[in-house]
Amino acid sequence: MSEYLSEIWQYRELFYFLIWRDVKVRYKQTLLGAAWAVIQPFCTMIVFTLFFRNMANMPSDGIPYPIFTYSALIPWTYLSQAITNAGNSLVASSNLFTKVYFPRVAIPASSAFSGLVDFAIASTVLLGMMVYYEFTPRWTLLLWPLLLIPLVMLALGIGMIFAALNVKYRDVRYALPFVTQIWLFLTPIIYPTSIIPEQFRPLLALNPLVGIIEGFRATLFANRTMDWGMFAISMIMTTTIFIAGNVYFRKTERIFADIV
Amino acid sequence: MSAVVVENVSKQYQIGHLHRATTFREALVNIAKRPFAGDRRNLETIWALKDVNLKAEGGEVVGIIGRNGAGKSTLLKVLSKITYPTSGRVKVTGRIASLLEVGTGFHSELTGRENIYLNGSILGMRKKEIDAKLDAIIDFGGVERFIDTPIKRFSSGMRLRLGFAVAAHLDPDVLLVDEVLAVGDVEFQKKCLDTMDSLHTGGRTVLFVSHNLAAIENLCPRSVWIDEGKVRMDGESKDVIKAYLGTFAGAGKRGLDLRNIATRGGSGEIKFTALEFFGLDGQPLKVIRSGDNLVLRLHYMSEAPVKGPHFGVQIYSDLGTRITSLSTWAAGLDIPEVIDKEGYVDLVIDFLNLMPGRYYLSLWLKSVGATAYDVLDHCAAFDVEAADFYGSGKGIDGRFGIIFLPCRWKMQGMQAGGTEQEFK
Repeated sequence: MSEYLSEIWQYRELFYFLIWRDVKVRYKQTLLGAAWAVIQPFCTMIVFTLFFRNMANMPSDGIPYPIFTYSALIPWTYLSQAITNAGNSLVASSNLFTKVYFPRVAIPASSAFSGLVDFAIASTVLLGMMVYYEFTPRWTLLLWPLLLIPLVMLALGIGMIFAALNVKYRDVRYALPFVTQIWLFLTPIIYPTSIIPEQFRPLLALNPLVGIIEGFRATLFANRTMDWGMFAISMIMTTTIFIAGNVYFRKTERIFADIV
Repeated sequence: MSAVVVENVSKQYQIGHLHRATTFREALVNIAKRPFAGDRRNLETIWALKDVNLKAEGGEVVGIIGRNGAGKSTLLKVLSKITYPTSGRVKVTGRIASLLEVGTGFHSELTGRENIYLNGSILGMRKKEIDAKLDAIIDFGGVERFIDTPIKRFSSGMRLRLGFAVAAHLDPDVLLVDEVLAVGDVEFQKKCLDTMDSLHTGGRTVLFVSHNLAAIENLCPRSVWIDEGKVRMDGESKDVIKAYLGTFAGAGKRGLDLRNIATRGGSGEIKFTALEFFGLDGQPLKVIRSGDNLVLRLHYMSEAPVKGPHFGVQIYSDLGTRITSLSTWAAGLDIPEVIDKEGYVDLVIDFLNLMPGRYYLSLWLKSVGATAYDVLDHCAAFDVEAADFYGSGKGIDGRFGIIFLPCRWKMQGMQAGGTEQEFK
């Protein structure tokens, strides 16, 4: 365990360069460049607002619906892209790890971390929206980046499991978009948690993203009370998934180069 | 203390991908078919390495030779921790760098400079180290003008030079090199060999896998010969190479069986069955040397009479350059019909003017109307050994090129030390 961590520390510059490569390559030879980090969640927000707010009359706990859904779409977009990229990362980089030794975790981890740049860019637009809707930022806004810790842990845990499975079974690639699509609807992004009957909420919280997204929202809006019980369940789930992802990855990484 | 210790290392691979599930669906189907068998039952395994023991002291430069598939590359992969041994133990002391290919991790959208950093850090260099060596790397690669251009605009030669430039500036205690020199133009190869040569003085341990026996003999005082996953011989390079080359003559004696080559093209009405090497005197050859005469005997088999076949032989260099194509068609021979079910044709080469090195043969059998009966690409290899052809004691070096010409020099207006030399 400590050997694992010290090796990761030893290779920290490689982690840095792999993240740097991912960020750099993503927007090379694109027309709109970094604007894509905003376009995706922003357009999704417009679509959701049109269909769920204006046509289906979806409640949003008294918060303007656009900002209600956008504040959840930022972490959601990060998570879904991070697990998709991390899940495909090992197979895409097989030419690397069959030729050189380094901690294999660097590959899915760099995919997961490089998405944070998009997260940061998309978050600045959120600040703009807060100004537009005349929300006074509260001190709790400082907790917004802190919630990235469980979010990244979750992305890493799931991403590592999918990455390792993908080396062995190539149809994981087809399962990934399907998983993220279903997950979107199982998470209070379009709808508020308050429309779920109280007795089902602990069940909902088994989806670790629920507590995290409710946490993100709570840092923004003054009138929201945090459901700490739900948050705790989500944190336990997140930690479990993170550990499980690391254990499974460690267990299988020795044969990656042989079976890829 | 030894820098590299390999103790009883074995590596088993599973082959026969037919049976291993590569998708969830197949895994599920397998479980449904044989719920209790797991998916081990039909697996074939091979031992890529079997009980390999090897030690290299600090500062030693060791060559590793052997045929394709003998386990040389697997050994390097085990040493560099890319793959893990099935049993046994590997211990490498100090910083290790493996060069199994040049330019690992290059990204075509990034510039030359950016790729130096990426590739360098993948190979284990620190950023500080790359900063300090950047100018030297760019200079070595000779790509200053394009250094801020995405490498997708680079020619393959430029990429290679850039990759080798980074590799040449690695400063590990143990360096593992796998056949990276088998690419690129001659001038660049020479530069690489010179760099390799300077490794001696660096005091680092080098394990060098190559088919280029001349380079091995030049660079490595000691060599290890790996054969079928085992260490067949370990000792002074000269002796090991000699023993290794000896087995190729043995293969020629028995003849090379071509019947079971699966990757063949053509309709198969008439097929090659075997290939033998002889001297003009009809004796099997122990070694093939530059300037020797050589008879290639091509055995064939046909099920029914075949009209108008032509036999062809192509010789390729180990870099894949086609050196020559020889055929009964080009020679103007006419074979109206092959009636016998089995037989052979002899290709007589009076004078093999190939430089020392490894060469590959492709064989084909076609009709005049260009129906391919049998096509075997790169089905056989043979090694040409150096010979003192000019009688000067200098030999002929594989690095001088691919072919050599029988020639003589005439001196005029100068005091020549020797007499005029005549071609025998």
